[in-house]
Amino acid sequence: MHDLIIIGAGPAGITASVYAVRKGMNILVITKDIGGQAAWSGDIENYTGYQFITGPELAGKFEEHMRKYNIALNENEAVKEIKKSDNTISVTTDKGTYTAKTVIIASGKRTKELNVPGEKEFKNKGLTFCATCDAPLFAGKTVAVIGGGNSALDAALQLINIAKKVFVINITAGLGGDAVMRQKVEESKIVAVLNNTQVTAILGDKFVNGIKIKRENKEEVLSVQGIFVEIGLIPNSEFVKEVEKNQYGEIKVNFRNETNIPAIFAAGDVTDVPEKQIIIAAGEGSKAALSAFRYLAQRRI
Amino acid sequence: MDKQVKVYSTPTCPWCMRTKQFLRENNINFQDIDVSSNQAAAEEMVQKSGQMGVPVLDIDGQIIVGFDKEKIKQSLGI
Repeated sequence: MHDLIIIGAGPAGITASVYAVRKGMNILVITKDIGGQAAWSGDIENYTGYQFITGPELAGKFEEHMRKYNIALNENEAVKEIKKSDNTISVTTDKGTYTAKTVIIASGKRTKELNVPGEKEFKNKGLTFCATCDAPLFAGKTVAVIGGGNSALDAALQLINIAKKVFVINITAGLGGDAVMRQKVEESKIVAVLNNTQVTAILGDKFVNGIKIKRENKEEVLSVQGIFVEIGLIPNSEFVKEVEKNQYGEIKVNFRNETNIPAIFAAGDVTDVPEKQIIIAAGEGSKAALSAFRYLAQRRI
Repeated sequence: MDKQVKVYSTPTCPWCMRTKQFLRENNINFQDIDVSSNQAAAEEMVQKSGQMGVPVLDIDGQIIVGFDKEKIKQSLGI
């Protein structure tokens, strides 16, 4: 049995692992990937100590730091269930079951999907969740950006210089996000903003060739070759049923990173901590590890 | 003999950077093809992989989509 199992290896999980191992705890990290959302970020200019660093570079630094300590790490493994009985927590994954005295959930967030017909079939076949990655492949094409917040505006701005025509399909009455970005998008001659508009299907044969939308109760088809889905993030918290969550599915924690279940802690973007930032996630991870350490020390277990 | 490795990527894509970093760490020589500035290469990538996401690796004709570390390791025998 481990002293601590950490679920996730983004900024929160990795920082927790470093703190825990330095306290002499016997730990295991179980994660799908390393770096979490930080590995997906573009330029980072607000992580103290680095005036400028890219997401992949910072994620690489985190990983290097973790590996320095020979921490037991199960990569490419997805947690399916967490159960607590007496003083043992069992963590079941797609590969096995592990037990620990304490657990830190640091599983982060993932991009939200549209849940419309055609989305799965055409993923990476014209439909993408990463404008930063794939925008250059749509040079001279007509594309649609789905969403109305900052990430949608950011995608639209990246596409303005590349694509022939950009539709911004927004479900609410008007675009949100930062005023500066919104203005740039609205002023562009190649952008058409469609408010109060819902996406009902993704169309295509081998690749995307259209999108079905609905506004004022009328359905129509726009001919597009690319679709960028930017409708926000959801927490990876489904596998843990018993902990208390807020209306967004984020795990509720107190200032010691305790959940409502003793011995189960949570940290980073999967929690209801205000502000989702790399440096905050890292700090929360360290707090959670120290709380788990204190929990065991006080009970001498 | 060393395998021929091509990486189709865009300069802004985080997973492309991770892929290339991984190859460099393992001393694998590769040809870096920027599909954002080379339309013909972009089409070649789409044709080879049947999809439009980067990165795409071509390891002696074997196509790997995304930074799939296990598949890359297997294909390179590392």
